[in-house]
Amino acid sequence: MLEINNLHASINGKEILKGLNLTVRAGEVHAIMGPNGAGKSTLSAVLTGNPAFTVTEGTVTFYGKNLLALSPEERSREGIFMSFQYPVEIPGVSMVNFMRAAVNEHRKHRGLEPTSASEFLKLMRAKKELIELDSKLTNRSVNEGFSGGEKKRNEIFQMAMLEPRLSILDETDSGLDIDALRVVANGVNALKSSDNASIIITHYQRLLDYIVPDFVHVLYNGSIVKTGDKNLALKLEEEGYDWIKNEFE
Amino acid sequence: MNFEQQYIDLYRQASMALKNSSATLLNNRRDKAFALFEQIGFPTRQQEDYLYSQIQKQLGINYGVNINRINSPVNDKEIFACNVPGIRTDLFFMLNDQFHVPKQTKSLPDGVLMCSLSEACQLYPELVNRYLGQKTVKKTDGFVAFNETFSQDGFFLYVPKNRQCENPIQLINILRSKVDLLTFSRNLIILEEGAQAKLLVCDHATSDVNFFSHQLTEIFIAENANFDYYSLESTHLKTNSLKQIFIQQNANSKAVVNTIGLNNGCTRNHIEIDLEGSGAETWLGGMLVSDRTQQNENFTVIRHLAPHCKSNELYKYILGGQAEGTFSGRVVVQKNAQKTEAYQTNNNICLTKEAQMYTKPQLEIYADDVKCSHGATTGRLDESALFYMQTRGIDKTEARMMLLSAFTADILNYVAVEPLRDQLRSMVERRLRGNSIKCKGCSGC
Repeated sequence: MLEINNLHASINGKEILKGLNLTVRAGEVHAIMGPNGAGKSTLSAVLTGNPAFTVTEGTVTFYGKNLLALSPEERSREGIFMSFQYPVEIPGVSMVNFMRAAVNEHRKHRGLEPTSASEFLKLMRAKKELIELDSKLTNRSVNEGFSGGEKKRNEIFQMAMLEPRLSILDETDSGLDIDALRVVANGVNALKSSDNASIIITHYQRLLDYIVPDFVHVLYNGSIVKTGDKNLALKLEEEGYDWIKNEFE
Repeated sequence: MNFEQQYIDLYRQASMALKNSSATLLNNRRDKAFALFEQIGFPTRQQEDYLYSQIQKQLGINYGVNINRINSPVNDKEIFACNVPGIRTDLFFMLNDQFHVPKQTKSLPDGVLMCSLSEACQLYPELVNRYLGQKTVKKTDGFVAFNETFSQDGFFLYVPKNRQCENPIQLINILRSKVDLLTFSRNLIILEEGAQAKLLVCDHATSDVNFFSHQLTEIFIAENANFDYYSLESTHLKTNSLKQIFIQQNANSKAVVNTIGLNNGCTRNHIEIDLEGSGAETWLGGMLVSDRTQQNENFTVIRHLAPHCKSNELYKYILGGQAEGTFSGRVVVQKNAQKTEAYQTNNNICLTKEAQMYTKPQLEIYADDVKCSHGATTGRLDESALFYMQTRGIDKTEARMMLLSAFTADILNYVAVEPLRDQLRSMVERRLRGNSIKCKGCSGC
């Protein structure tokens, strides 16, 4: 599904990713861990097309398509979704209008007619239940005045609405209490299928108690330096990142 | 620049003709106004209230003035299409400064008068005389004097005591001419105690010549009366417009003044509101979508002259191209105006590097028991919000549109008539998309 080859990326002339390789196949869950400043969030920003970052070398293909040539909105319609570490508040734009615009763009991309108002509300209701999102939140402006946990839940709600083929969860666990973490993880697990895949970017192991990864990668200094199974995450939790740093300094 | 001379000469030559085709009540003020105009001339940018004003410059064009009031033919069908779907408005027109009642317009509620000011001067001289000039008499403003020197007509709206107009009243100003034209209108609005009305004034220009439209409006809102004034300007790059509006509010009256500018050349909205009676409330605000070389200025003064009054002021500008926007708002709370609540906000988005915004929010407080705030922001469109929306699959242009519409939404929420609000919202949307914004079926503009 996703093929990242020798990816180099920089921001303001500073190189952050330095030759990153990663292959993700349908049905897989990949966890990417690593110390602060390793380039975890840069990877998700580059995959979603954040204009602040420049790719200087390497390729990324998504189902054979050159992902880097696509605009952020085209990537979304191709099935890439990112749950933001810091979801943006958009005062004045209602959740309903926002979601409806997004869903209809996706439908248009697949050659479908826009959904009717009643169908759309039905879909919203079903997805809200799935991820236990407070009904009132969707009557408000996008993320405006939402608590940290509500914002993260809202990200998973949007993911449920758009049904991506590849979802990237960028530090979705940060700032969540145990209950919210469980709700978010349940949502992600419920959406999991053999046709889609997830990349979970996280600092801590605890989210991986709820969402069990097939692969755990350690990102350090701009490239993936170690890959293992879920036990690698446990080792990192116990011993921290110092042994990685020592090994690669 | 001495643009005054041509108008001074014009008045000297044509004052007889002017007076012959105007009402006595207007003529009574004319010579005095002219003397003042001759003495002080047009305001300059050396004056605080005109610091960033560009409107004076537009008077250098050699406009024609219709002194002999030659009537232009009016075709009901052509202009009637300006109707707002979904509501019945009581519709009137001004073609240049000539008042016109379409045949289809039904009669207004009992006792409510809407006619030309010259007709009102003839039919209700006492009523007109009681109010006309009450707000302008103390002004030493070159533009006020200019209007009082030359204006020959305008509209007159009177709502008697406790009478409530259910339908909004709509007045459409159409500028139409074969040659460059300067028009003056002198308008008077009176709401007696407990009266209620909503007025929508639309400005359009239908010919491709230079226009300068100078409207001077006095509005009196008596105790417990309730008045909404919505102004929509959708003209063209060659239309310059100066709207001076002076409002008096008595005790427990309520007013909404909302000016929406979607297309123009150079405009100055000059609005002064005197809260003279305790418990009066005002919402004053507006929005602008401006681009190319358009210039827009909102100059406002709210005077809290009595205790327990509330005022809330909110202006929002969206500037693209090389557009220039100015907001100059002053709220004055006099010593005896205790328990005043006054809030003033101005938010602006500059979409290009060349767009310019000047803003000057001002509060002058002489009372000691008040709640007041003021503030202004000018920035660019929120790039992080734009990116966030794009990652959900929404087109960048569509996302921009949604953000800009959201930015102006709270201004449109102050239009109390729902179908009208919807119509305005869709006009703003079309304007933001860069489409033509003429109303459905309108052949005029």
